[in-house]
This record gives sequence, structure tokens and C-alpha cells, in this order.
Amino acid sequence: MSKTVNVALIIPCFNEEDVVLALYSEISRTPFPEGTSVTPVFINDCSTDTTRQIFIEHQMTFIDLPVNLGIGGAVQAGYKYAFRNGYDIAVQMDGDGQHPPSELHKLLKLITDGEADVAIGSRYLTKEGFQSSSLRRTGISYFRWLNQKLVGVTVYDSTSGYRALNRRALELVSGYYPDEYPEPEAIILYALHGLSIRETPVIMRERQGGRSSIRTYKTVYYMFKVTLGIIFLYIRLKFNGKRHLL
Amino acid sequence: MENVISYRLQIIAITMALCFMFFIFRLIARGKLREEYSFIWITCTALLLLFSFWRNGLEVIAGLLGIYYAPSLIFLGAIFAIVIFLVHLSVVNSRQHQQIKDLAQEMAILKKKLEDEEKKKAS
Repeated sequence: MSKTVNVALIIPCFNEEDVVLALYSEISRTPFPEGTSVTPVFINDCSTDTTRQIFIEHQMTFIDLPVNLGIGGAVQAGYKYAFRNGYDIAVQMDGDGQHPPSELHKLLKLITDGEADVAIGSRYLTKEGFQSSSLRRTGISYFRWLNQKLVGVTVYDSTSGYRALNRRALELVSGYYPDEYPEPEAIILYALHGLSIRETPVIMRERQGGRSSIRTYKTVYYMFKVTLGIIFLYIRLKFNGKRHLL
Repeated sequence: MENVISYRLQIIAITMALCFMFFIFRLIARGKLREEYSFIWITCTALLLLFSFWRNGLEVIAGLLGIYYAPSLIFLGAIFAIVIFLVHLSVVNSRQHQQIKDLAQEMAILKKKLEDEEKKKAS
């Protein structure tokens, strides 16, 4: 176990100039478990504010998307980068400061101990920290129910974007990753490819700046889109095999 | 059923259909319209021409299909064709969406790699 575990911390950012620097310095200050080397990789999803200048000024590692791809495409770009550059683990973390770096070791432990291919940080396992609105929570229990019915996997916080993936999972998501609101759909993808998914309680904060990609007036569209996405992905994988994905 | 349409109108219809066909061919020749899309437009112009020459064609086909009011056959056919073509365009659009995403990611990763190499060279 002397080999260093290389971790890419993928942080998609779209107009996060208010928080991105604070997040970066927090990551640099956080002590990570011994034998792991954590590299934050920011993804600039074509921000229109000064996010990009901040990256350059402070010499942060970042991938600069030429067009705005949305959260799914941005995260996948990071996963592709991590996979091709031989990282052992890739962790996806929101760029708005909701996910404290100090909780990262819990996700990493599940992967390095070989307990899971995909580790998800959940804010609902223990009711600590920021719990989000009741409407959002209702939606999340609905996705939990849907996932449970379809693939028999119970994920309490299926919209959580704080996730760690090992190389097996990375190879999969480099080939295909859902588009618009990818988190609940990705669970179906992992489960149907036989990857083991584990959750660990994580204390989340309220977002430090920017706006959530899921706003109230969009909730109905969100529920509809994700339900469709989940069901069609399920049908595609279950009945057509995997050939349609790539 | 002779002279349901006046000759003047028929000449106008034929001229219009020929103009449309010429316009489509010119687009293809200039490379502004891909052949795969031109197929549907050539078929459309061919149908237009056919019905401008075959004066009673619409009535005959409507009669065969048991459609009482012949012009409604035009609407039926046109709407059907439009819906099919729109679905086709959505499919094309989705494919391009996927391709653009892949290209953008590929480009961003390559750009990063290039910058890293240059930095390595500089130091």
C-alpha cells in the first residue's frame, strides 16, 4: 500500500467567481489522508464572468470548454480528463461551495477500501447540515423510489453531486454520461453495469454563491426530464444491451 | 370533369413547381444543401409537378381513398409530410448535439494538454 493514490477533484464551474477562489484555498488547506494526492481540476463551462481570469491568475488547473455544455457535459469532460491521465479516483464536487473538502476522506475511504466503485456523499443519512427545501426533498424521495423499483438500489440522496468514482466507473462514464441533470440518471447507469454504489453521510453547506441549476420554476421540467431520462436509459440498457450507448 | 382548373392556373402551377425545382437543384449544386436532405425536397417538387400536369389527379386519388372533399387530401398529405420531416430534423439535431459535446470536450482536453507541454518546455 505504498503507492500514492492519485485523486482528481473535478469541479465544474459556471459563473462562480464569488466562491471559486475560497473553495480553492480551502482545498489547499485541507489535510487529506496519507498516501493520497488530490489535484483539483476545475472545469470552466464557458463562464461569462471573471471565473476564467481567476483560474489563470492563481495558476489553478482547469479545463476550458469552448462552448457551454451544462453540468453533465462539463463533469464528463473532467471524467474523461481524469481517465486519460491515469488518475486512480475522480471525485466530482460542486463549484458553489456546497460540498466541504473536509468530508472528502469519507468518499475516498469507500473507494480505497474497495467497498464501492461509486461513492456518493449523502446529506440525508444523518440529518446534519444543510437539508434543502421540502419540495426538493419530496422530489429526491421520489427518485429514490424510482431507482429502487427499477434497479433495486437505494440511494438516499440521488441528486447529490458529491461523488467519487474508481477507474472502472471512470471508464464507463468516459464513454457515456447523461446530459442535463445527470445525477439520478447516472445511478441507473452505474447499477445496470454492475458497479457497486455506496453512500456515506456528508455534512453539506448552503450554497455560498451563484444559483442552483434547479430553480423553483424549473422543478416541474426537472422532474419530468429526469423521470424520462431514467426510464429511457433503463429501457435502453435493459433491453437493447449496451451497444446503443456509445 | 373536364376543365376543373383553368389553363391559366395550370400554367402558373407548372411554372411555380419548375421554379421551386430549379431553386432546390441550385442549392444542391452550390453545396448549400446536403443530398440526404435534398431527397425529400426533390420528391416534393416531383409531386407538385405531377399534380400540375395531371389535372384530375387529386380528385381521382381522393375518390379512391373515399375522401369526400378532395382538397382536404392536400392538407392531410402536407401535414403528414411536415410532421415526418420535423421528427427527422429532431433526430439530426440530437445527433449533432452529441457530436458537438464530444468535440468540445476533446478540444478542451487537448488544449489543456498543449498548455501543459508548453509549460514543461518553458521550464
